[in-house]
Amino acid sequence: MTSNGARINHIAGTAVPVIGNDIDTDRIIPARFLRCVTFEGLGEQVFRDERFDEQDNPVDHPLNDPRFSGASILIVNANFGCGSSREHAPQAIMRYGIRAIIGESFAEIFAGNCLSLGIPTFTADQATVRDLQTRITNHPDTVLYLDIEQLTATMGTTTVTLAMSKTTQSALVSGTWDSLEQLLANEAAIDAVYDRIPYLGG
Amino acid sequence: MARNLFNKVWDLHKVASLSETHDQLFIGLHLVHEVTSPQAFAALKERGLRVKYPQCTVATVDHIVPTQSQMIRPYRDGLAEEMLQALEESTREFGIRFFGLDSERQGIVHIIGPENGLTQPGMTIACGDSHTSTHGAFGAIAFGIGTSQVRDVLATQTMALERLRVRRIEVTGKRGPGVFAKDIILKIIAELGVKGGIGYAYEYGGEVLSALSMEERMTICNMSIEGGARAGYVNPDETTFNYLEGKPFAPPPERFSDMKKFWQSMASDLDCPYDDSYHLDISSLAPMVTWGITPGQAIEVDKPLPRLAEMSESDKEIGAKAYEHTGFSEGAMLLGRPIDVAFIGSCTNGRISDLRSAAAVIQGRRVKNGVQALVVPGSRQVKMQAEAEGLDTIFTEAGFQWREAGCSMCLAMNPDKLQGNQICASSSNRNFIGRQGSAKGRTLLMSPAMVAAAALEGAVADVRTLL
Repeated sequence: MTSNGARINHIAGTAVPVIGNDIDTDRIIPARFLRCVTFEGLGEQVFRDERFDEQDNPVDHPLNDPRFSGASILIVNANFGCGSSREHAPQAIMRYGIRAIIGESFAEIFAGNCLSLGIPTFTADQATVRDLQTRITNHPDTVLYLDIEQLTATMGTTTVTLAMSKTTQSALVSGTWDSLEQLLANEAAIDAVYDRIPYLGG
Repeated sequence: MARNLFNKVWDLHKVASLSETHDQLFIGLHLVHEVTSPQAFAALKERGLRVKYPQCTVATVDHIVPTQSQMIRPYRDGLAEEMLQALEESTREFGIRFFGLDSERQGIVHIIGPENGLTQPGMTIACGDSHTSTHGAFGAIAFGIGTSQVRDVLATQTMALERLRVRRIEVTGKRGPGVFAKDIILKIIAELGVKGGIGYAYEYGGEVLSALSMEERMTICNMSIEGGARAGYVNPDETTFNYLEGKPFAPPPERFSDMKKFWQSMASDLDCPYDDSYHLDISSLAPMVTWGITPGQAIEVDKPLPRLAEMSESDKEIGAKAYEHTGFSEGAMLLGRPIDVAFIGSCTNGRISDLRSAAAVIQGRRVKNGVQALVVPGSRQVKMQAEAEGLDTIFTEAGFQWREAGCSMCLAMNPDKLQGNQICASSSNRNFIGRQGSAKGRTLLMSPAMVAAAALEGAVADVRTLL
């Protein structure tokens, strides 16, 4: 198998909970920040309108809370990243410093975009996620060790079981999460498919 | 073995297995726009890669274009100007067909694909935009993708993807007056939920779908993603073939009947299996309106707003957040609630039939004082057709602004934005917080005819009383 990125087997760090179902990508990165030709600088704008009021004063939000500063794991609820396909959303999250996300469920395009960037998206049932969010809220300095092969999160002596799509897991551990090299390697097969498709070469 | 359309199209376009669950899929048509492509083109340039099949790639500009004085360059918004220039340069450098500002074919990417006959049955289609599901109306499998995948498709004409499951959605019953395709899809999303479609493609069918026009089918497929389904489609039939015949990029007459045989062969087999199914009878359906901050938070306009206590646990939290944002009250009626802005347009409802349905309501009437009402045709073709029919006059005489083509106030990347906590009756597809350009703005999604009714009344109205 052609590898085009680092193999990602584990992520360790402190976490930050962002609570709520159906958090869409417009909330993660408002459309006005999509007026750009590079992804640079998006990290500062992540959740912009949730973190600042219209006069640019910071409001109560976990990403403004110094207790969670330096967190590299985001813990969210159901259907996170729904809506627009903008890769600017995971780019902003990644550039803010997040390396992995745990949630009850993820919108499909968002999860695919995360995989393209090598950001693991773990899932767990509602009780497990809420318990993790509570733990982190009470003890923000907790270090989580996320094992992608074993699909576990370990905090001190506690270990909880997580889940991940097979596709995501195998791409991360084999280092093929950036799919371009793998796709390029099949050039002859691509041309053969072009030639058999009736509306193209067929 | 009998197969559904999704699996037939997938099998035809499958290049290779990348892992146990991941396939490499050939993309027959790649649609490109200015927002999600610049970083992808930059990646190609950086690595010295070419666009693999430029002939399968078509670009336009839609998200950032102003809808007034659209041709006057450079744009006052320097960032928008930079994005447009980047696309102009990249399409020139890579030899990609570009329907730019100098083209009569410019418009919202999901409107120009179908109206030019680029979108055809049996195709795989990708675009860096979640509403790519629109193209499924033709019996194509169409995916919204992110910028890394835009790069992959540009460089290889393929992408890595997991096969979706297929849920058959059967719609039956008699459609009442004032009930449009928008109402049907809002009802489906309200019933199945905004995450109900995760992992699925939706196949829409049944007597109601068979009787819908292509433009109505596009409205339904367009909003599949709002129900969490990455793709949605309708099997191709005579309505589809009649729509395509004579379109500029459709097969020419000498090839048309051969292609039609291919298209028919891709339709779901009669006894094919589905992973799940759902049935909706629309006989008693009333016009729908959203009241919250997700497209699933929708009710029939003559019903009171839902109570949090009656919601499922998973809906309660977002329900409470919705009431906090909108300031609406549980149990109250939306009917009669004053609006500030009326917006008709977008890839969901910016087609000629949408403008006709709104104009029919507006004709001979006046927009309520104090309401800002605008019509943004989905494409130049739509605009020219509407003007040929005199619809622009109906709109402007009623007090609507008649604008130039683009995405406009659906996502407010251009100068068209809500101010403060304005309430907008909108024919677009998303009522997310901040979606229409103001963090406090409030969006009520509804059909174009319902937006027209709201503009006339200056408040949420039931279009059935104006027919």
